[in-house]
Amino acid sequence: MSYVLELSHIRKSFGNELVLNDLSLSVQEHTATVLIGASGSGKSTLLRCINLLESIDDGQIFLDGVEISDPLINVDEVRRKLGMVFQSFNLFPHKTVLENITLAPIKVQLKSKEEAVDAAMTLLKRFDLADKADQYPDRLSGGQQQRVAIIRSLAINPRLLLLDEITSALDPVLVNEVLSIVRDLKSDGMTMVLATHEMGFATQVADEVCFLESGNILERGTAQEVLHNPKNLKTQDFLKRVHQAGRL
Amino acid sequence: MSERINSAWSPSSREKERAQARKRISRKQAVVAAVSSIIVIGSLLTIVVTSPGWAVVKKTFFDINYGREVFPTVISGLWINLQLTFIGGACIGVIALGLALMRTTKSPALTPFRFLATAYVDIFRGAPLILIILLVGFGVPALRLHGISSNVIFLGTVAVVLTYSAYVAEVIRSGILSIHPSQRAAARSLGLTSGQTMRYVVLPQAIRRVVPPLLNDFVSLLKDTGLVSILGVTDAVRAAQINASRTFNYTPYVVAAILFLLITIPMTRYTDRAIRQRTNAQNAEGAI
Ligand SMILES: Nc1ncnc2c1ncn2[C@@H]1O[C@H](COP(=O)(O)OP(=O)(O)OP(=O)(O)O)[C@@H](O)[C@H]1O
Ligand SMILES: [Mg+2]
Repeated sequence: MSYVLELSHIRKSFGNELVLNDLSLSVQEHTATVLIGASGSGKSTLLRCINLLESIDDGQIFLDGVEISDPLINVDEVRRKLGMVFQSFNLFPHKTVLENITLAPIKVQLKSKEEAVDAAMTLLKRFDLADKADQYPDRLSGGQQQRVAIIRSLAINPRLLLLDEITSALDPVLVNEVLSIVRDLKSDGMTMVLATHEMGFATQVADEVCFLESGNILERGTAQEVLHNPKNLKTQDFLKRVHQAGRL
Repeated sequence: MSERINSAWSPSSREKERAQARKRISRKQAVVAAVSSIIVIGSLLTIVVTSPGWAVVKKTFFDINYGREVFPTVISGLWINLQLTFIGGACIGVIALGLALMRTTKSPALTPFRFLATAYVDIFRGAPLILIILLVGFGVPALRLHGISSNVIFLGTVAVVLTYSAYVAEVIRSGILSIHPSQRAAARSLGLTSGQTMRYVVLPQAIRRVVPPLLNDFVSLLKDTGLVSILGVTDAVRAAQINASRTFNYTPYVVAAILFLLITIPMTRYTDRAIRQRTNAQNAEGAI
């Protein structure tokens, strides 16, 4: 069995704080892996390590069998194969929606402007944002911004999409329009790793759910197993708290 | 969702009363401001005009006929200041951008340049401009290097450019550092190299942010070009000086000052407005 992404024995600390401790994870093609866990459990850190935005202290990361944690690897080339959408939208405020989306295709993939614009417009149309192409990001609602951010990372045709709590800055109405994009991508067969607090959504898209706690994956399995029949006491405790907060 | 503004709305009687009251208050404030201005400015003028030396001062500083006579030489001197400002300004922009990029780069190959750029900025920001002008203006010709012009206008410009590049580099650098790291992370995660990230994402935003302080520096630059007169460049200040020392009448200085003000005051007004607009726009943008 070959995996798109393999993490083996990852260790990452910030100063004295050990954030990831001997963490291993494999992601198969066309699957969605959902990371859940309390705030500060290291979900964002894990995604940033995969994208090589953070260096790891130990362990190995493989993308399509190639070790990308090798210090000699060209990080820019690796990142071209990974799309990442951040917790806060991170659109470029000085560029229009269309320019945000076409920047990387034109400058990184060296596509012609027409080709990049065509591809971008197709994506924008598909996700109902075509009329916003020439707007600047600060004129868009939070949900629209986040959808643009997703489209921007799709425009480089990533092998793997990393989504970091893409709905946490949105109100519940906007959450749905963003999540429906992710559902669409899932049915397209996009391989994804996503961190989320939306347990209902996790249930819908996850092929595997991983519960992060003290730097490691404490429990993993299908959404049914982890979210509805957790075996680990800490998972149960976490889910109980989520449930009380009304997010299940 | 927000309601549409109701076009059939007409103000309530209470609101009309409040509007009346607001009008009364602002009228009263205008009267107070006018009266206080008249009193303050009037007494200042009275003090000056009734001072024992006023008659002499009036003749030596505010001789209108003499002012008219020297006006053409002072204004042709001012043309030198303006040329210096614009040509120097262009050079400063390029050099400062280079220095700022060198200081913010993390590339190990550029480590020596980073070090040199830092030393350069420290030196030229720390030394008084007038000293740099004297050192360059009199020091460089003394070296008798081949191919280096000893034209004082050229050397004066070089001295001003050297110093202002250091100031402006720091302004640009502060703009670069003010761009949130998440912008860089987003660009890098799309596969842009660090150079592309700087060029297409960080720098455009940084420059936009520092335009108002740069306009401030531009006004200072125009004023400071007056300092090259110490090298004997016949700019507006020097032209005034020549005339003044010939006749022992200081009106030419006043003419030069007024000419500078005629340019710098509109520029500072414009800068203030640009700063205000910038602040408003940034507030609309929120945290970015
Ligand atoms: N750049 C950094 N420097 C120092 N500490 C950091 C840094 N980034 C993250 N941390 C720490 O690492 C821990 C994990 O943070 P991380 O952002 O990965 O959590 P998270 O699971 O994504 O939380 P949340 O659900 O709130 O987004 C936190 O305790 C945080 O303080
Ligand atoms: Mg996080």
